[in-house]
Amino acid sequence: MSGINYSEKIPNNVNLSGDRALQRALEHWQPNYLQWWQDMGPDGSHNFDVYLRTAVSVEPDGWAHFGHVKMPDYRWGIFLAPQDGQRKIHFGENMGREVWQDVPGEHRANLRRIIVTQGDTEPASIEQQRHLGLTAPSQYDLRNLFQINVEEGRHLWAMVYLLHRYFGRDGREEADALLERRSGDTDNPRILGAFNERTPDWLAFYMFTYFTDRDGKFQLCALAESGFDPLARTTKFMLTEEAHHMFVGESGVSRVIQRTCEVMNQLKTDDPATIRAAGVIDLPTIQRYLNFHYSVTIDLFGADQSSNAAIFYGAGLKGRFEEGKRTDDHQLKNDTYRVLQVQDAKLVEVEVPMLNALNEVLRDDFIRDSVAGVGRWNKVIEKAGIPVRLTVPHKAFNRQIGTLAGVRVSPQGEVLGDAQWKANVDRWLPTPEDRAFVASLMGRVAEPGKFANWIAPPVMGINRNPVQFEYVRFN
Amino acid sequence: MSAPLPAEVLKQHLIDPEICIRCNTCEETCPVDAITHDGRNYVVDPAICNGCMACIPPCPTGSIDNWRLMPREEAYSLQDQFSWDELPLEKPSSTGGEAVAAPLQNSRDASARAAQAPAFTAPGSVLPPWSAAHPYVNLYAPKAPITATVVGNYRVTDAQMGSDVHHIVLDFGKLFFPVLEGQSLGILPPGADAQGRAHFARQYSIASPRDGERPGYNNLSLTVKRVTEDYDGKPLNGLCSNYLCDLSKGDTVQVIGPFGNSFLMPNHARANLVMICTGTGSAPMRAMTEHCRRRIAQDVNGKLMLFFGARTERELPYFGPLMKLPRDFIDINLALSREPDQPKRYVQDALRERATDVAALLADENTYIYVCGLKGMEEGVLLALREVVGAGWDALHAQLREQGRLHLETY
Repeated sequence: MSGINYSEKIPNNVNLSGDRALQRALEHWQPNYLQWWQDMGPDGSHNFDVYLRTAVSVEPDGWAHFGHVKMPDYRWGIFLAPQDGQRKIHFGENMGREVWQDVPGEHRANLRRIIVTQGDTEPASIEQQRHLGLTAPSQYDLRNLFQINVEEGRHLWAMVYLLHRYFGRDGREEADALLERRSGDTDNPRILGAFNERTPDWLAFYMFTYFTDRDGKFQLCALAESGFDPLARTTKFMLTEEAHHMFVGESGVSRVIQRTCEVMNQLKTDDPATIRAAGVIDLPTIQRYLNFHYSVTIDLFGADQSSNAAIFYGAGLKGRFEEGKRTDDHQLKNDTYRVLQVQDAKLVEVEVPMLNALNEVLRDDFIRDSVAGVGRWNKVIEKAGIPVRLTVPHKAFNRQIGTLAGVRVSPQGEVLGDAQWKANVDRWLPTPEDRAFVASLMGRVAEPGKFANWIAPPVMGINRNPVQFEYVRFN
Repeated sequence: MSAPLPAEVLKQHLIDPEICIRCNTCEETCPVDAITHDGRNYVVDPAICNGCMACIPPCPTGSIDNWRLMPREEAYSLQDQFSWDELPLEKPSSTGGEAVAAPLQNSRDASARAAQAPAFTAPGSVLPPWSAAHPYVNLYAPKAPITATVVGNYRVTDAQMGSDVHHIVLDFGKLFFPVLEGQSLGILPPGADAQGRAHFARQYSIASPRDGERPGYNNLSLTVKRVTEDYDGKPLNGLCSNYLCDLSKGDTVQVIGPFGNSFLMPNHARANLVMICTGTGSAPMRAMTEHCRRRIAQDVNGKLMLFFGARTERELPYFGPLMKLPRDFIDINLALSREPDQPKRYVQDALRERATDVAALLADENTYIYVCGLKGMEEGVLLALREVVGAGWDALHAQLREQGRLHLETY
């Protein structure tokens, strides 16, 4: 494609203009990507001018350039965190060796699989969220949705760059397939289950960005430790953007809760029906959404015992969260970890070799991180003087992956029979009626500074602009 | 319009724990490792933060962008900040105590800012002069510093005097380290502290002009005073200043930076400079003066007026070279506080003595004022300027600030 001025059109720090092979691969892929964006990107938004943040370099002053941009013209860059020439592999059997700048043959298949699985989640979430723009509660929220979408698009580019640059022909084929799968498609679905679920409403979107993007954070953190240096550097820079996605989730749920608490105090009631009649989402419904998104997301970490996880770690391909800050031997051959199993209708902890339990280790790190944010939501309720607290459900609740798949466990961790589960599940997980009610509140608010009734305005605007700033120009 | 600040005021950088999502981006970004966290909050160490603003754009939440004018001795400690669930209310104080709008790296929609930002009450400008050259900042962080070689280390105060100030020249060879007059850099002292952590960087103003200590060479100079006592006069060996003063030619040092995007000189012809400094605060003044001196032949300089304070003549860094400068090029006013047989004089006394000329310069919109030195001088200088200008000071002060014409760098 002769029309690309590489440094202008695709800001990058990978010497794209000097790499002919990479240019040829991207010339083939980029038009398909733009076509995919037209087909599967945010619905009906292509002509909007959106106040977006664009990264133009990896320096602190270079990766937050703000301005109104049409999303198809967004400059999807390719950025790796700066190279540290001293880096050594710091865990697993190759510990102490130089990090790899090229793919070692014996790890090629596993690395490709890791990169494709990560890459597949990026366009999947855009597809899941493509209709949300039609029901945005404000311009501020619409802009945040679009910012997340273009950044997930950039994360897809980041993974495709690795596939094109390091995996030759099969890398190019995998990159093409990333644009062919579709979220929720029966014939050609996305790779991971959670990414084939619909994100039907904005409460689901906030929960998704709080919990599921946080899974992304933990997977990226584990990959940022990788002995394959280009993957480590790519994921490290992606993490800076991932932070914004989690902010949208955390502050979104927080604002929903704040508005609900205001109405509860105005009406002096905690009756869900009365609260719903006032056009806001009652706290029990928020708790059920939380239970659903939390349990679906912790499944993403994979089986609690996994030989793949042990292989990835031993080879130095994927570390633990904050591997560099841990003070053990980084080999883990003699370490054990406790995982849950069901024995005699009770949940018990059993010790298993830690290397096989690394998915569980990462899941537990994720849980600790998630709980902290839920604590901050509770502070909003506490400040409003309401004696309710949100909680995360038990780790064994509503699991579909690993040893606990299909086991009936209450949010408090009691093992149940089928009858007990059926009798109570509507108290614990969102019902079709809950979803229908939340959907009924979703009306589009497009005027600058105005917000839907069910959500409080944010404390501050984007980039020190006022909340009533025109974040999206609809043209 | 608030009154001038008391001397011991700190513009403290704080993170709002209610908005922060603990994503770690700021800690990862900070070039001087001023940000840290516990299980609860992310906090900024007031002893390390240099207000470089590198952490501001990457923060996804805006929680990072909080500034408070605080009496320095009442600055919130790390322990205070760790314990917060929300930012404490403003402390009422003579400073006017409002939240301070942060200096911004990029130009913004002024009306949007005015709608959003609280009144700015810091006494100096946060914007550079309109004609300043574009500075490079934060090219090198503590995790990836640049190595410079010492090519000169000279004592620039009289050897008999207690005050031991060194002029140190660093060469960067073929490495990229572009600087402007008024910028600073960080030096990483070797070794580790009692907890085994690498020492944090110490900041020094650059004393040479943009084209090098030696014109056309990739080098620069620093003015470093060997610290032998603390502010209360108790013996204290300054870790980094002693390390630097004892360096020999050929030694290498680890450098980070450059820092600073507002304390910069104007580039347009006929701009006047009023420079007020004490001791090692002379470093940026030397840089600016030398830049002007090298372009005397181009006939573009405006008026240069220097107010230079020290205890005695023999303790004035660069006294000899300064005295050799042509009097029609720079108007030098010394203020000596401990010269035997002479009454004590401080820079503000000299400013008052020259009130007529200073007022005339201040009335010219091409005049830019730079103040650098010990924290204690700031209040006195602002009071003296108020007296010199008279009734119109408040309006002029606001104008100077908004137009990037009044720059204070005190420590």
